[in-house]
Amino acid sequence: MSGNLLEVDNLKVRFPTRTGVIEAVRGVSFSLGRERLGIVGESGSGKSQTGRAIMGLTDPRAEVTADRLEFDGIDLLSLPARERRALRGKRVAMILQDPKYSLDPVISIGRQIVETLRTHEKVSKAEARERALDMLAAVQIRDPKRVFDLYPHEVSGGMGQRAMIAMMLIAGPELLIADEPTSALDVTVQLDVLAILDRLVAERGMGLVFISHDLRLVSSFCDRVVVMYAGRVVEQLPASELANAQHPYTQGLLDCMPKIGADRHPLPVLARKAEWAA
Amino acid sequence: MSAPDISEMGWREWLLSERPQSRSQARLGRAYMTWRRFTANQLAVIGLFIILALVFVAIFAGLLAPYSPVVGDLRGARLLPPDWAHWMGTDDQGRDILSRVIYGSRLTLYVIVLVALIAAPIGLIVGTVAGYAGGWTDAILMRITDIFLAFPKLILALAFVAALGPGIENAIIAIAITSWPPYARIARAETLMVRNSDYIKAVEIMGASPGRIIMRHIMPMCISSLIVRVTLDMAGIIIIAAGLGFLGLGAQPPLPEWGAMIASGRRFILDQWWVAAMPGMAILVVSLGFNLLGDGLRDALDPRSSGQ
Amino acid sequence: MTNEPGRRRKKASALALALLRFVFIAAVTFLGLIAVTFFIGRVMPIDPVLAIVGDRAPASVVAAARQQYGFDLPVWQQFLLYVQKAVQGDFGTSVLSTYPVMQDIRRVFPATLELATVGTLIGLLFGIPLGVLAAVKRGSFLDQAVRVIGLIGYSMPIFWLGLLGLLVFYARLGWVEGPGRIGIAYEYTFTPVTGLYLLDAIIQRDWSVFRDVFSHIILPASLLGYISMAYISRMTRSFMLNELAQEYVVAARAKGLSEARIIWGHALRNAAVPLVTVIALSYATLLEGSVLTETVFSWPGIGLYLTNSLQNADMNAVLGATIVIGAVFIALNLLSDLLYQLLDPRTRS
Repeated sequence: MSGNLLEVDNLKVRFPTRTGVIEAVRGVSFSLGRERLGIVGESGSGKSQTGRAIMGLTDPRAEVTADRLEFDGIDLLSLPARERRALRGKRVAMILQDPKYSLDPVISIGRQIVETLRTHEKVSKAEARERALDMLAAVQIRDPKRVFDLYPHEVSGGMGQRAMIAMMLIAGPELLIADEPTSALDVTVQLDVLAILDRLVAERGMGLVFISHDLRLVSSFCDRVVVMYAGRVVEQLPASELANAQHPYTQGLLDCMPKIGADRHPLPVLARKAEWAA
Repeated sequence: MSAPDISEMGWREWLLSERPQSRSQARLGRAYMTWRRFTANQLAVIGLFIILALVFVAIFAGLLAPYSPVVGDLRGARLLPPDWAHWMGTDDQGRDILSRVIYGSRLTLYVIVLVALIAAPIGLIVGTVAGYAGGWTDAILMRITDIFLAFPKLILALAFVAALGPGIENAIIAIAITSWPPYARIARAETLMVRNSDYIKAVEIMGASPGRIIMRHIMPMCISSLIVRVTLDMAGIIIIAAGLGFLGLGAQPPLPEWGAMIASGRRFILDQWWVAAMPGMAILVVSLGFNLLGDGLRDALDPRSSGQ
Repeated sequence: MTNEPGRRRKKASALALALLRFVFIAAVTFLGLIAVTFFIGRVMPIDPVLAIVGDRAPASVVAAARQQYGFDLPVWQQFLLYVQKAVQGDFGTSVLSTYPVMQDIRRVFPATLELATVGTLIGLLFGIPLGVLAAVKRGSFLDQAVRVIGLIGYSMPIFWLGLLGLLVFYARLGWVEGPGRIGIAYEYTFTPVTGLYLLDAIIQRDWSVFRDVFSHIILPASLLGYISMAYISRMTRSFMLNELAQEYVVAARAKGLSEARIIWGHALRNAAVPLVTVIALSYATLLEGSVLTETVFSWPGIGLYLTNSLQNADMNAVLGATIVIGAVFIALNLLSDLLYQLLDPRTRS
């Protein structure tokens, strides 16, 4: 048994459809300690499905296999559904992309946070409320008592995503999967939310899987980067060495970012070659 | 041996081609895909089969019915239970119920076809004119539509028939008057989708009159969704027509209308149940057929709802 | 983060606007209903004056009556008069009962209300769970079964189902009481207060009456409930499918909630908002369907009143009952719209 928080070895996710099997994830392997790992790729590269497979939230029609899928030494694939559910929210949590859709629109923010806590811990209503208010304060919401009773549509996107973070972190998970947590937000609030996430991950010593299409963001935020293409890992390297990336796809992704002062003619086009997917 | 298979495969491939060479190929291909989705739904196919059977029975009623639907054997065959001679038994006037049910299919078909022929064009005209004209015309026409839409259909039809006098024609008029509003809404929605498109602009620039644009360029775009909706409504029309018949306001005796037959069998329900039960079964089967068909059509034409 | 009072004021004015719009639409639609019944009264082949004075009355009496009832006025004035009377609930006198139509309707309406209410409750009780299960087990045998049961309900001529129900459950099995609302034994001893007999029996703690009334209502209400269930289960299924595909369901799973809690506590709660609309519409449909059901079960409600009046060409009663049923139907229709806006926190602001 390794001391790693998460071990993923040869993970595959297949969707049977009428026209044949679609392989969304095709043999992904990586491991994670109490560190920040970024998973980068374009849409359809399988990065989100990798995150969902770790959470156990893959569509029931899909088939998930792996040589090894372990969280803290627990084999996730052979774990009974009940015990796996007990892990979710308590020890492994996930932040989704857009708070507009990922928060239940007809339940107040406070009650949704309390719900996570009371699912995993036997606490009184009053205590749960206190801890939810503390958690809202921890994600730097200025007036927690007011926000507690608001409905998701009554708050801004940035505030909603903070509430989402509060909801997912209140039970104190050790591993957090953040699936494009800032992509739906305004650029100005993206950095605020990232800073909050950054601080909480550091303070609580969590492992983080940060899924994004934004290579620059990932490289500045994470310790290590996994680059995915067509359901496979094409390159894995420390964030600091991203500039020296070997794989042409990674280089292509890097080239897509505008640099101040650089010549943009002709505009680079992301190259995709069939052999990378093989 | 394998030659026909290959040609058949060829057809299928031609129809399913991702890069159709002509517009008609694309259209046929799309129709074929719809057909495949439709036939994958067994319930819908059963529905289609029921409707086809209804049409067949209505056309060949004269050949299929073993007895006369209106003249019975009063002396020897009153209220006989179902047996080999009378599969559905006989009624209080000694008439063979099976024969009456068979002839009744003509009345049912007559009602739904006429209601569709009256109501759909009214809805089509109101909807397209409202959608194309916009402004006050639209507001007023749609307000009227909404008023009719908010009415209870059966009650309104009852009141109309009460005023017009009982009879199958008046029942048809009454049902048609109450069933056009949904068609107007659909036609308006479709019109709004196409009215700002470039090809309408093009005919406008060429100087086509509004009437011509509506008739030749907008109405054809509304037809297919209208047909689906009319199919979905058929079952409801059959039930309302039967209800009017049951209350004595629809087809009058001795016409073998199913609802009226149930009404006349009501007196014997405790001892001669088949007199009322058989025509009711016919109503149930036929309207179920239309519901199954409409359900399948909706799924087949709307790929989003069909899922994986 | 706008200032609080401003936001609250904006919310209040939005609500006022919605209410104003509701009242306007209700008024226009109701006026339309009265116009249609007025038109029906006009095209009717029976001369309303002759209906009042009798066709043997001398010409002078006919002329006097014509003047008295305003039939000599221009059509638009007659219409205004008609509207004025209809709004006041004055639909004239029933030829059949010799009472004012509105008085008759007040007497019979509770029976219909009770039947439709119990029917809708039964429809809800079965329709919502079945719809939810069908959506959760989408594509399963259960889903198909719910679909077929629903389609059969849609296709069912209710008057025929009522006859068969009476034959089987009343005549053959003897499980329930037959036509009517209450047994002869109680008919003259029982004094209703609200006109809703179940409620009245409970208020008076008269359990033998309650049993008798329940035994009368359960069959027609179950049949209406089946029609209602067909509609409610189908709509519940489609709303639930929509909700279960939302991201907040994924988030709820990520929180570690049980499937039961996600389905009943989150998805159904969201589906409940459009469902309220469906329930109001289904209730309206049952009120309408009562015309045929009441005829079959000799249920002394407004439906039976309407059909009796129809068969006796009692036109005042027919038009009065049509307006009342139509008005309730319209009110429920529009109310469902309003409820939708009030219930959804998203549209509340």
